[in-house]
Amino acid sequence: MPKANVTFENIGITVTVPAGTRLIEISEKVGAGITYGCREGECGTCMMRIVSGMENMSERSVLEDKVLQENMAGRNNRLACQAQVLGGDIVVRPG
Amino acid sequence: MSEIGAIEIAPGTHWVGALDPGLREFDIILRTANGTTYNSYCVRGSAGVAVIDTVKASHADEFFARLEQVARYDEITTIVLNHLEPDHTGALPELMRRAPEARLYISGKAQLMLKALVKHDDLTYTIVNTGDFVELGDRTLHFLNTPFLHWPDTQCTWLEQQGILFSGDVFGCHFCDSRLFNGQVGDFRFSFEYYYAHIMRPFREHVLDALELIDPLPLKLIAPAHGPVLRDAPKSYVQRYRQLAAPLLHVGADFKSLLVFYISSYGNTQRMAEAVRDGAETIDGVRVSLYDLQAGGDLPFVDLIEEADGLAFGSPTINGDAVKPVWDLLSSLAVIKVRDKLGAAFGSYGWSGEAVNMIEDRLRGLKLRVPVKGVRARLIPTESELAGCCELGRQLAQHLTGSNEPKIISMSELLTRESPHA
Ligand code: FES
Ligand SMILES: [Fe+2]
Ligand SMILES: [Fe+2]
Repeated sequence: MPKANVTFENIGITVTVPAGTRLIEISEKVGAGITYGCREGECGTCMMRIVSGMENMSERSVLEDKVLQENMAGRNNRLACQAQVLGGDIVVRPG
Repeated sequence: MSEIGAIEIAPGTHWVGALDPGLREFDIILRTANGTTYNSYCVRGSAGVAVIDTVKASHADEFFARLEQVARYDEITTIVLNHLEPDHTGALPELMRRAPEARLYISGKAQLMLKALVKHDDLTYTIVNTGDFVELGDRTLHFLNTPFLHWPDTQCTWLEQQGILFSGDVFGCHFCDSRLFNGQVGDFRFSFEYYYAHIMRPFREHVLDALELIDPLPLKLIAPAHGPVLRDAPKSYVQRYRQLAAPLLHVGADFKSLLVFYISSYGNTQRMAEAVRDGAETIDGVRVSLYDLQAGGDLPFVDLIEEADGLAFGSPTINGDAVKPVWDLLSSLAVIKVRDKLGAAFGSYGWSGEAVNMIEDRLRGLKLRVPVKGVRARLIPTESELAGCCELGRQLAQHLTGSNEPKIISMSELLTRESPHA
């Protein structure tokens, strides 16, 4: 199975995960301080920043795009409960 | 409606809010012994009238009656919402119906709430930020973006020509007195402090940011959204906020503070706590303190936690749960900011050791970072389990000082470390 390496910059921990894993599944286990509310892409609480490796993330869905816009997200923000990792190296942090 | 009408707070500017003297409990968490007020203000300029905030829906009639004393609906050009919470926006949908020509001014973050509140398809509004203003002819309203006081949407509005700051919940309090002005009402100092402690305290960094914007203003009067209008010595309330938001005691910022709380029935969890401390102390730049939760209530501990950088909790597992003093403390932290602090758990157990995972989950729920796996020991900790505690303390201290070595783990490792029997 293809793997991805997700680095949580604020705690200095890299997790190797199977492709297709959602960021929230990793962040809540690793204790990176990325928070979540609804887990369904509606509340925007789980917004986080992709420091590098956006090309290794799934595309934004229409729903994710809408919620990110409503929360005035920048280009590098994603919802941890929606975004999946596809492979390669990705560096993330809360916020 | 109570007998008082609209009250002029400056020439052409009126309080048109509502009194709620019967209220005893606000938003479940706040008590008030003499009710509160929902303050709304009406500003008349030579080319327009602005309404700043409204009132709770249950008090809408009172608000409209006062507003009608000072303005006609077709004169209202501007509605400013400093904060979208229902105690200030309850009367908004009806005000929009009565004054359809008025334009709404809100902060960017307020959009979500506004859409939830006013479900029109053709809802229009203007988003404003610090530096933006709206003119009413000879009066100008400037906006100050002051988020997280106490919601993401909050802003303040500055009426330049009269030196009035419409501050929303900031500088407010739950105190009801129809004499309205701070120099005339009863003694509301306690209410002012209490409101800060329960509403603003978790956001103290944002309070300090807001004060940077407010401090330079030539303030003549602060018109908050609850409680007395601050006409006498308005600056002293700004100074008081600064004192309240500042750290308790400045002891030099060149070390990180790690607090180790434990509770122990047979001394086992205590020995683990001491090992965590010993491990953490091997790292320079970290000051470690040990506290036995058995010793007391949660109040001083909450103050300590507010100032700390890292927290470790040691609890035995009794009947499959962490013990009550730990939960009591962990449920008292809503009044301070704990997000992004470092957290960890450890403890001894007899048959099963769920407490450590339960505490870790709670810490994550409180938005702490919990990067180091907790340590559990069955009954009396062995040398190697104590060494594990020592290592836990050492790694926590490294995370605090930023000297932790980068670590690589696999998802499957992460998943198994969640299991209490791993
Ligand atoms: S948790 Fe609500 S949007 Fe992700
Ligand atoms: Fe509020
Ligand atoms: Fe309020």
